[in-house]
Amino acid sequence: MASGTHGAVIEDLASRPGRDNLTSSIVRWLFISVSLAFLAALLFAPLATVFVTALEKGWRAYAASFSDPDTAAAIRLTLTTALVVVPINTLFGLAASWAIAKFEFRWKSFLITLIDLPLAISPVISGMVYVLLFGLHGWFGVWLQEHDISIIFALPGIMLATMFVTFPYVARELIPLMQQLGNDEEEAAITLGAGGLITFVRVTLPKVRWGLVYGVILCNARAMGEFGAVSVVSGHIRGLTNTMPLHIEILYNEYNFVGAFAVASLLTLLAVMTLFVKTWVERTGYRRRR
Amino acid sequence: MSAIRQPSVLPGFGLTFGFTTFFLSAVVLIPLAALVLVVASMHWSDFIHVVFSARAIGSYRLSFGASFLAASINLVFGFIIAWTLVRYDFPGRKLIDALIDMPFALPTAVSGIALTSVFAENGWIGAYLHPLGIKVAYTWIGVTVALTLIGMPFAVRSVQPALLEVQRELEEAAETLGAGRLYVFRRIILPTVLPALLTGFTLAFARAVGEYGSVIFIAGNLPMKTEITPLLIVIRLEEFDYKGAAALGFVMLVISFVVLLAINLLQAWGRRRLVKGAR
Repeated sequence: MASGTHGAVIEDLASRPGRDNLTSSIVRWLFISVSLAFLAALLFAPLATVFVTALEKGWRAYAASFSDPDTAAAIRLTLTTALVVVPINTLFGLAASWAIAKFEFRWKSFLITLIDLPLAISPVISGMVYVLLFGLHGWFGVWLQEHDISIIFALPGIMLATMFVTFPYVARELIPLMQQLGNDEEEAAITLGAGGLITFVRVTLPKVRWGLVYGVILCNARAMGEFGAVSVVSGHIRGLTNTMPLHIEILYNEYNFVGAFAVASLLTLLAVMTLFVKTWVERTGYRRRR
Repeated sequence: MSAIRQPSVLPGFGLTFGFTTFFLSAVVLIPLAALVLVVASMHWSDFIHVVFSARAIGSYRLSFGASFLAASINLVFGFIIAWTLVRYDFPGRKLIDALIDMPFALPTAVSGIALTSVFAENGWIGAYLHPLGIKVAYTWIGVTVALTLIGMPFAVRSVQPALLEVQRELEEAAETLGAGRLYVFRRIILPTVLPALLTGFTLAFARAVGEYGSVIFIAGNLPMKTEITPLLIVIRLEEFDYKGAAALGFVMLVISFVVLLAINLLQAWGRRRLVKGAR
């Protein structure tokens, strides 16, 4: 190619809209401002409003709202529920990921779809299925009443509904991670004479620990914050079957905004902490795959 | 057993597979089967009567209409946000990237009351919209706003990895050859991210249709006007009309499955396109 044409091409390029001129910086500015404005209106303003309203009448009123016995009971109920549900779902997630990631069997992808099912279902339906089974007019309703067992409008129902909703979280994180990391080290350990449990604890768990942490904190955040499913089975009995999110609804409907947003601020802090742990886990090198 | 699974030296298949299927059945599958059986025990005409009652149809219109609108808004803004996060560097980018997942982690009741107070007539944003005659809280617009917030992370997180895959060399080559930015966008960027955009749209839509907590505070909940289908199910349950609630739930389940199927097909389509592009 003659040097004359080459020079002409460069001249032509320089005269055309490129990356670092006025148009592209306007476009860049536009994209950033539109994104920030959208997030500010929809996300940042509501987040800020939680804390501003909670502290509207000062720190003392904020602190006082937690000494209300019903609020304290709601916090205790939420913690109890998470303390039971999260370990059970973690155990399930570990078992499911071992079975699915370590072995090849028929109908595997169907099983994975079934595990993911609760994510696709409206929380209201997740709660309703237990009402249909154990509610007063449900299948086992009469039998349960005769034996004086209460599941719906009581703690077991709340735990079951929460378990349904948070069922897939740990398994979803662990299955792809274990599949990606492969079986070589486990097979070596077994061949060298280690038992199954030792292999799992000493070889597999350290390999997948960040995925496990990630799955558990997501499961916990969802368990503590679940509203729809728990709302259906709880019966909304103050001080007894009201979890934190349900208690927020009651306080809000009573126009006790400081109280409602004070409880909401705790859950918001939990969400912020969850995101913080998530970002930190990702920093350690564990990347989320889809 | 060997016919079902391939042999392996690793132990524990029987135990873990057994526990998985048992627990899955006990917590998820049997309760869901109960729902289907309750619906199956209904008389055909009763089912039609419940599912096509005027109030139910009004709720579908709001639930699906607002979800579709919210997912469309997220299609546009999700792309813009993902683009901003992938292509531009600005102060606070990492913080904002982390905060995108906030609606995942934030309990729906919290986002519900917070959005309502921001968009109420005397709220931070509602106060400016009110003089313009735009009422957000307690109308269908409020429902759409809540569903947009809930679906936002799905849209952004679907598009972000796809945008990272767009080959910058291709864009630069096209520009060197005389293509304008819009042309590059239409012919290179859009085709690469299209499956991801549609997946994000469908995920946001699926999540929005079933959403309850964040909507009921801002919706106003007037029958036929601002009553979403999940709320109608709750109302039926509170009236001890289990069959009516189950029938409505069944309709929503069927639609969720169709949407889930669409997501799987879209993702398969996206992978095929990617493989073709790599050749």
